[in-house]
Amino acid sequence: MLLRIRNLHASVNGKQILKGVNLEVNKGEVHAIMGPNGTGKSTLASVIAGRETFEVTEGEIIYKGKNLSDLSIEERASEGIFLGFQYPVEIPGVSITNFMRTAVNEQRKYRGLDPLPGGEFLRMMEEKKKLVELQTKLTNRSVNEGFSGGEKKKNEIFQMAMLEPTLSILDETDSGLDIDALRIVANGVNNLRSAENATIVITHYQRLLDYIVPDFVHVLFEGRIVKSGGKELALELENKGYEWLKQGTF
Amino acid sequence: MKQEMEIREFPLKDKLIVAFQTQKQTLFANESETLQQTRQEAFNRFVAEGFPRTNQEIWRNTDLTHALSQDYAVELHPQDFKDQKDLLQCNVPHLEAYQMVVANGWFYPKTGKLETLTGGIIVGSLAEAMKLHPELIHTYFDSMTQKSSEGLIALNTAMATDGFFVYIPDGVICEMPLQIVNVMRSQNTEFLNIRNLVIIGKNSSLTLIQCDDSYNHTPGFANVVTEVIVGENSGFEHYKMQNLNNETTLINSIFIHEEANSRVNSMAVSLNGGSIRNNIDIKLDGEGSNANVYGLYLMDKNQHVDNYVHIDHLKPHTTSNELFKGILDDSATAVFNGHVKVWPNAQKIEAFQSNKNLLLTDKALVNTKPFLEIYADDVKCSHGATVGQLDTEAMFYLRSRGISIQSARTLLMYAFADEVIQKIVIEALKVRLEDMVKKRLQGELTICDQCVLHCDHVEKQYSFEIDMTKIGETGKSHC
Repeated sequence: MLLRIRNLHASVNGKQILKGVNLEVNKGEVHAIMGPNGTGKSTLASVIAGRETFEVTEGEIIYKGKNLSDLSIEERASEGIFLGFQYPVEIPGVSITNFMRTAVNEQRKYRGLDPLPGGEFLRMMEEKKKLVELQTKLTNRSVNEGFSGGEKKKNEIFQMAMLEPTLSILDETDSGLDIDALRIVANGVNNLRSAENATIVITHYQRLLDYIVPDFVHVLFEGRIVKSGGKELALELENKGYEWLKQGTF
Repeated sequence: MKQEMEIREFPLKDKLIVAFQTQKQTLFANESETLQQTRQEAFNRFVAEGFPRTNQEIWRNTDLTHALSQDYAVELHPQDFKDQKDLLQCNVPHLEAYQMVVANGWFYPKTGKLETLTGGIIVGSLAEAMKLHPELIHTYFDSMTQKSSEGLIALNTAMATDGFFVYIPDGVICEMPLQIVNVMRSQNTEFLNIRNLVIIGKNSSLTLIQCDDSYNHTPGFANVVTEVIVGENSGFEHYKMQNLNNETTLINSIFIHEEANSRVNSMAVSLNGGSIRNNIDIKLDGEGSNANVYGLYLMDKNQHVDNYVHIDHLKPHTTSNELFKGILDDSATAVFNGHVKVWPNAQKIEAFQSNKNLLLTDKALVNTKPFLEIYADDVKCSHGATVGQLDTEAMFYLRSRGISIQSARTLLMYAFADEVIQKIVIEALKVRLEDMVKKRLQGELTICDQCVLHCDHVEKQYSFEIDMTKIGETGKSHC
């Protein structure tokens, strides 16, 4: 078991958002978490990544046998957890190259490895850029500064490729993407799939799941996973919408 | 405003008056009559005006009372340094520059006191230039400063005997940067008046790197005045690097006169110093002239920095751009006063002012006042000031990639400062400064690191560090 979430309750500023989430993810699996806006999908992603604005009030997240509450944000990242942001942050003055070199080497340090030699790092950059068709000139620019919506999301998948995580959580990666960018991003994710890693795709629409085919689909509603199933559940949601959840007819 | 705060005269003033009278009988007696008259008039202005007071608007947030109360010596002659060779070392790798040293206010020649280089460029000691080039001195010395109402400026005109002198004739591009190292290395607590004059003819250019360094931890007061004349179609790049001890007060005043289509880039980087005031006064006095004025300050402990920029747009089609950024830790304080004045009939003006600050503690304080005064109607001007902490969203983003808090903070602070550093045109200097700023942010920069002297016997007990653990907490601003 790679990830086991048990009875997870989390709040922000005293407001309860997650009200008992249970989820199990094994290596090699792709899970999709769907649900209407404001039901806690992004909160779940942030809590796994360790964002400090959220407080876990009950329950636990066990990842690789470790209780995540014992690990800082950066330790979780170094343990192989990657969060693809819904709204990637612009960081003026920090180039993508410097950003990634720092991240790769700090993660290596955590694992007791020497920093990657410069030449090797640059070769790795070149290789991973191709994966998401990221333009070379972008990596010399400041992180996400002035990027289009599509470039920002490609940049997230590029970082994922660079950091080679065990568990990737992609938060609304499809939002703001045109169909071409969506295909590129999905191809990137599919190419990175292996028997040794797992992906949680958070999405509002079924559209993305045409490209990234999930093994499991979960419906998050009002802070709880109310329904789980195979990929056909996504289609059912697409047809019926989320209204039927609210009517409590599931 | 505070009239009841009666002007307090410092004993220093009397000491300076006596020193002036002595100089008048000795050193100044050999100077031309014109120069003697200039000095006397300036001296009278100083006696009337005195030192800056906090009830003057432009000195409101920089109180020199403590600095002026010290018992300074006023040296009237250059000191004899045994180890003059030391003075001429410099450690900016790959920087090819023509170096000159001013130690305790006196020019120390590498070869001659005044050298004539290729193309007729004259560089060297101002004192020597006063003797050998009276025509240039009479035309330009005090040509801008005489209108100043500042007592310290008048004092400098009256008393300053040496500093550097640069003359670039018409049509000469000075390819190699000039580097002036102004080092304070006295064993005594000294009050220094240092004067520099830079004359750039038409269709010429000059790059000047001016380093202000401390050699030890002896307190001092340096009153430095520089006049720069930039002729038609000429360019002037000016970098001021300030890395002084915490006991030193530096008042660095620069007056720049720009003719038509001239270009000036001026940058002040304040890395350390007890109290630093940078006065920059620019007159855009020809159509098509442009001035970019940049500043970066990284202050901690009880350090204080004050950047005062006054730009007069006297002619149409002139542009100016100000960008000042600072990071303040501990109880450090900073002031930014930017005053842009667009004169009547000076149409088609562009003027931008920006001052951004990162405050790391509740005690750090910045007073920022960008100010536009416009008497023309076809102008494009803007100003802005920000005071804040490191972006928490950006911190989370960086950490979520495995970057430690410490590294994430350094990256963000460095990125904040880098916007200014990127304006440096000389690559070797940019690289050097990037390195120094990183060291400064990581608390590894001592005054010796940057000092050109790299002596072995200097005290090492000082470390200047910005405390990383405080970043992200709230600071406050007073605008």
